[in-house]
Amino acid sequence: MDVMPKWAEVILVPLISLLLAAFISALVILAIGEDPIAAAALMIEGALGSVRGWGYTLYYATNFIFTGLAVSVAFHARLFNIGGEGQAMLGGLGVAYALLYIAWPHWSIGLIAATAMAALFGAAWAAIPAYLQAKRGSHIVITTIMFNFIASALLIYLINEFLKPVGQSDPSSARFAEHLDLPTLNSVLTGMGIKASKDDSVNVTFLIALACAVGVWVLMWKTRLGYEIRAFGHSEQGAKYAGINPVKITVITMIISGGLAGLMAINTVMGESEKLILNSTEGAGFIGIAVALMGRSHPLGVVIAAILFGFLYQGGAEIALWTSIPRELIVVIQALVILFTGALDNMVRMPLERIFLAVRRNKAAGPAE
Amino acid sequence: MDFDTLIQLLDSTVRLATPLLLACLAGLFSERAGIFDIGLEGKMLAAAFFSAALAAMTGSVWLGLLAGIGASLVLSALHGVASITFRGNQLISGVAINFLAAGMTVLIAQDWFRQGGRTPSLMGGARFEPVTLPGAEAMADVPFLGPIYAELISGHSILVYMAFAAVPLTWWILFRTRFGLRLRAVGENPAAVDTAGVSVVGLRFAAVGICGVLCGLAGAYLSTALQAGFVKDMSAGRGFIALAALIFAKWRPWYALWATLLFGLFGALETRPDVIEAVIGIKVQSALLGALPYVMTVIILAGFVGKAIPPRAGGEPYVKER
Repeated sequence: MDVMPKWAEVILVPLISLLLAAFISALVILAIGEDPIAAAALMIEGALGSVRGWGYTLYYATNFIFTGLAVSVAFHARLFNIGGEGQAMLGGLGVAYALLYIAWPHWSIGLIAATAMAALFGAAWAAIPAYLQAKRGSHIVITTIMFNFIASALLIYLINEFLKPVGQSDPSSARFAEHLDLPTLNSVLTGMGIKASKDDSVNVTFLIALACAVGVWVLMWKTRLGYEIRAFGHSEQGAKYAGINPVKITVITMIISGGLAGLMAINTVMGESEKLILNSTEGAGFIGIAVALMGRSHPLGVVIAAILFGFLYQGGAEIALWTSIPRELIVVIQALVILFTGALDNMVRMPLERIFLAVRRNKAAGPAE
Repeated sequence: MDFDTLIQLLDSTVRLATPLLLACLAGLFSERAGIFDIGLEGKMLAAAFFSAALAAMTGSVWLGLLAGIGASLVLSALHGVASITFRGNQLISGVAINFLAAGMTVLIAQDWFRQGGRTPSLMGGARFEPVTLPGAEAMADVPFLGPIYAELISGHSILVYMAFAAVPLTWWILFRTRFGLRLRAVGENPAAVDTAGVSVVGLRFAAVGICGVLCGLAGAYLSTALQAGFVKDMSAGRGFIALAALIFAKWRPWYALWATLLFGLFGALETRPDVIEAVIGIKVQSALLGALPYVMTVIILAGFVGKAIPPRAGGEPYVKER
């Protein structure tokens, strides 16, 4: 029997970890001579206090849902996909190839093509480390790290040599056709007569991200494949004994994971920059790790954690704008979340388990008296 | 390519290989003891900042070096607590440490110096000056051997010589001392070490500590010798190249030297595309050259060229039998 009830496992442990991370972040802000409460208020105001703030919060959250789902799918098979960053870069390349050379009649058709290509490119970039892990025994963490660097070099090379229009000095591809711009929350609101802002922020991709979250839930808990993935993650030996092919599961899991990471590119490349730029991923691939850990690898948890990180990102940008706290504060918070929810999980869990055990013992002893 | 260019190229190879070598040996101690460390990058970065910061404030590069090693050791201790004491996931802990260093260095730099996340430029005693080896000036005019001695071997900072001396020292510690034997054993079969009455936790903490010291040296070298001051994200993936070199070297000290020199050469070539073009006659994109260490490591890892077998208990927290 589990020591802790399920609600404590799912809610209490991540919550305490989060509070620890927030507490230490507050200490850090104090240490650099700023007011943590004022900073928090500014973050909330900047991220949630206006349509514009919400737009950016959800825009960032869209990225983190994709990368968080990518990491969590791999976690279920006990694979640590640290290569979301590279897979998302390749996804961006796929989007660029889908949109640069074919004149799609409407953004919706362009979106379908971009989605397919983003997923395909991201999946392909994850499939190689997966195959090498399954067949040649090379550690997937190391290979996916290496693939991040290789992807970045490949992108620089392709943009500079092929995708950059002649005579342009900026390292980016040509702009995609204007009619392929994705409808944003702001354009929808303006269409309804509500004055929002002119920024391109959250766009239709957010809905695709939510659909992917539902899709991952169905896959993981309602299909045979999902069961096989989880069984493999639980015990490789047991899964083999049950006739599950480890090579197949490793490769398929990583293909799904890489595809999800790649999909992030439709938000950033097609939705936001509207051309392929060098650093469109901006570390979102790594934030996926924090999001997956905090969301306990469950799609619902991932969506909540992704929105929280979207809030942190947008709020962090605001405090960097208005105070002397640099944007890097978010990187610190992100590190603390990864540390407490991932690496120091046992530090939070062990005392909690002791408390629950003690409570249970008291209850068991109670009626006998 | 003439002889002078070759000497220049090899000279910058040595400079660029030094931080890789120190970080690679750092990873070697840690991983040989069964603790994966993808936080080399973060430890180097933290050390680079604190050594530059202290050197800038006190004017003494040696105090800076101590501060850098101290900062790196703090992160090592965190990694140790997370992965040894609390038996957490070593990879996740490493990822956290990298981000922690990336964020904190800029935050503190901004608070202390207000220069957009950098330290002031270091001058004079706040930097490691090149050491001129005895007789270098007298030898300089001797054909062939003169330039090799005066330009290539002499004229580096003390940390470069320390890094190269660390290779035989590491070999001796790991393969010729009782401590080294136990350290390797704890990475292969911790249960056996425990049965023999030696503390697994103690050995692993020692290894992680040595790793911290070496990463500290690597980071200090970046900001106080290779460059004159700290800039944001100045480790620039070197911790990961060191990790790649470690696999390339199959977790052996002498191989680590050759692997990091090779990767240092790639780094040196990246800044000299004209040399590559002159030698092989094709224009090579420097971005692709920069990716070469990673590509080669993947090939090695895949076992297409030799087989890299990591320490058997690597990445596994040790749970004492009850």
